[in-house]
Amino acid sequence: MKQSLVLNKVSDLVGTKSIFGKFKIGSFKFDGNKILRKFLIPALSILLFVGLWHTGSKALFQMEADYKIEKALTDQGREAAEAMQACIASGDVSCQPNTLPSPSQVWQSLQSLIADHKVISADKKAFAEKTAGINAKREAEGKAPITYTGRPSFVDQIFTSLKTVFAGFLLALIIAVPIGIVIGLSPVLRSSFNWLIQIFKPVSPVVWLLLVFMIVKTMTKDSNSDSAFIISFISVGLCAMWATLVNTAMGVSSVDKDYINVAKVLKLRPLQKVFKVILPSSLPLIFTGLRITLSVAWMVLIAIELLAQSPGLGSFVWEEFQNGAIDSNSKIIVAMFVIGIIGFLLDRLMLTIQNMVSFNKNDAI
Amino acid sequence: MSTTTIESKKNLGTVENGILYPSQVMLDLNDLKKVYPTPKGDYVVLEHLNLQIMKEEFVTIIGHSGCGKTTMLSMIAGLNEISGGNISVLGNPVKGPGPDRGVIFQAPSLMPWMTALQNVLLGVNQVFPHATKSQRNDIAKYYLHKVGLDGAFHKKAQELSQGMQQRVGIARAFAIKPKVLLLDEPFGMLDSLTRGELQDILIEIWNKEKITAVMITHDVDEAIFLADRVVMMTSGPRAKIGDILNIDFERPRTRKAVLEHDDYYTYRKHLIDFLEH
Repeated sequence: MKQSLVLNKVSDLVGTKSIFGKFKIGSFKFDGNKILRKFLIPALSILLFVGLWHTGSKALFQMEADYKIEKALTDQGREAAEAMQACIASGDVSCQPNTLPSPSQVWQSLQSLIADHKVISADKKAFAEKTAGINAKREAEGKAPITYTGRPSFVDQIFTSLKTVFAGFLLALIIAVPIGIVIGLSPVLRSSFNWLIQIFKPVSPVVWLLLVFMIVKTMTKDSNSDSAFIISFISVGLCAMWATLVNTAMGVSSVDKDYINVAKVLKLRPLQKVFKVILPSSLPLIFTGLRITLSVAWMVLIAIELLAQSPGLGSFVWEEFQNGAIDSNSKIIVAMFVIGIIGFLLDRLMLTIQNMVSFNKNDAI
Repeated sequence: MSTTTIESKKNLGTVENGILYPSQVMLDLNDLKKVYPTPKGDYVVLEHLNLQIMKEEFVTIIGHSGCGKTTMLSMIAGLNEISGGNISVLGNPVKGPGPDRGVIFQAPSLMPWMTALQNVLLGVNQVFPHATKSQRNDIAKYYLHKVGLDGAFHKKAQELSQGMQQRVGIARAFAIKPKVLLLDEPFGMLDSLTRGELQDILIEIWNKEKITAVMITHDVDEAIFLADRVVMMTSGPRAKIGDILNIDFERPRTRKAVLEHDDYYTYRKHLIDFLEH
């Protein structure tokens, strides 16, 4: 990529080619327009975004600082105001204005989170080594091993959230796909279930969480299972399954009539008809539904973790907000980006799977 | 018109006033009627339709668009309900679709996610459940070979051209060894060169298998080239058989011989006169 940019520049200097022309060296083809469209413009837009963010956060910082100095002036007089000004200028933690963090602060927080993760994993490793002997003994005696109970790092939280979202996604898949198929096959069931779907589809994640909480709380009373995890993954599944349910039912009920006629002429048995004709032909729509389900699951997960106090990115964000330390705001912004990037990657993953299994490549949007 | 015996074929029956009195009826359409209820009252598509088709006969059906040809064919296939009268295959009334009546649809209707071979096997597995896997494979491959798709066994249906897809459609229909083959304008969507190729392929397999065939077409030349009899349907509503033309060309036929035959233009004029009437 860099090479091609350099080449573009060279050709521009020499004056033989337009800046973004096409040219070829060896077996590599350089398409100037493609580079422009796919890399340069996105890079520029990111720069612009960071620039705006930087200026914006600077302005907010200044507003907050002015307000603090003003307040010190009116409450405590001139000296206090000057002290405050000096304190802010010195970068002392005790008096920094609390506002939108700048890009560089967020970058620093990311690095401190990574450093924190390294410390914690080293700690965990040491703990595992230390307890290995004891745990082996306990296992031989039939006792539960001693586990690390220290604070989870940011990276641990990410994996906890991923675990919850996949459990919820699997639950949605297990519930929605079979029901979708059955509903799609029978017009009678479709019309009788329709109102139920229409009513439950728009229900907020919070309400689902409360509903699941009511049920799970009672059911897990006597067991020592991780009820926060159970509650959050079931709620995620219930919130997110509707897209799959509706899409599966639609895919199954709208199979090309020609295929159905072929199945009829060949007198395929009902199960054969479902597995050889109806399901393969509705796979593209089922996967579109699953893609929506996964992205919805990821979106509601954060809110649900926050409310259910189950560990993960959601509770990380909430704890940081409650914490109110000097770098809390920038940690929240780091989490925001991480959530966004993971959501994007999950969507790409689903798209790849969808392209692998569906017969019509053009169906994938 | 005098009573004549059809000499060119294996003495299938006698023709009297244009009506054929059969000796070996494969397909019998008796006083067939089709009604579609509409808000403004019933719409009668077909009424008093009588047609007998002999064993090993190739019949083409020609008529104006919307006259009910496809309705009739899908009623024979069992995909469309019969409103009145009856249809029987070798004396057994038709009560829904089944593999004894193979259909080649206008659109190839292949499962796009399956390979050419799998598409043919879908039918073969159904009709020959007791054959071994390799026998069924052989049957499917034989017919794909016959339609000239030796190199495309394992290509996905969606990767094939329209013409090649319809070849698979032909192989699929013949491979299930139906008693009757129903063809609903199978070449209507193809360009004329491909159409000619596919007509040759179809008639070549048919010459070998001699499966009673009923084919709808819009193409007068196609109707004459392929058929033993061309059935002309009147325009709807209340369509019925208008006229039947016997085509007494020798089989196997070649396109060249048919085009050079003295009777060819007489037949052609007969059909065009009927359609333009």
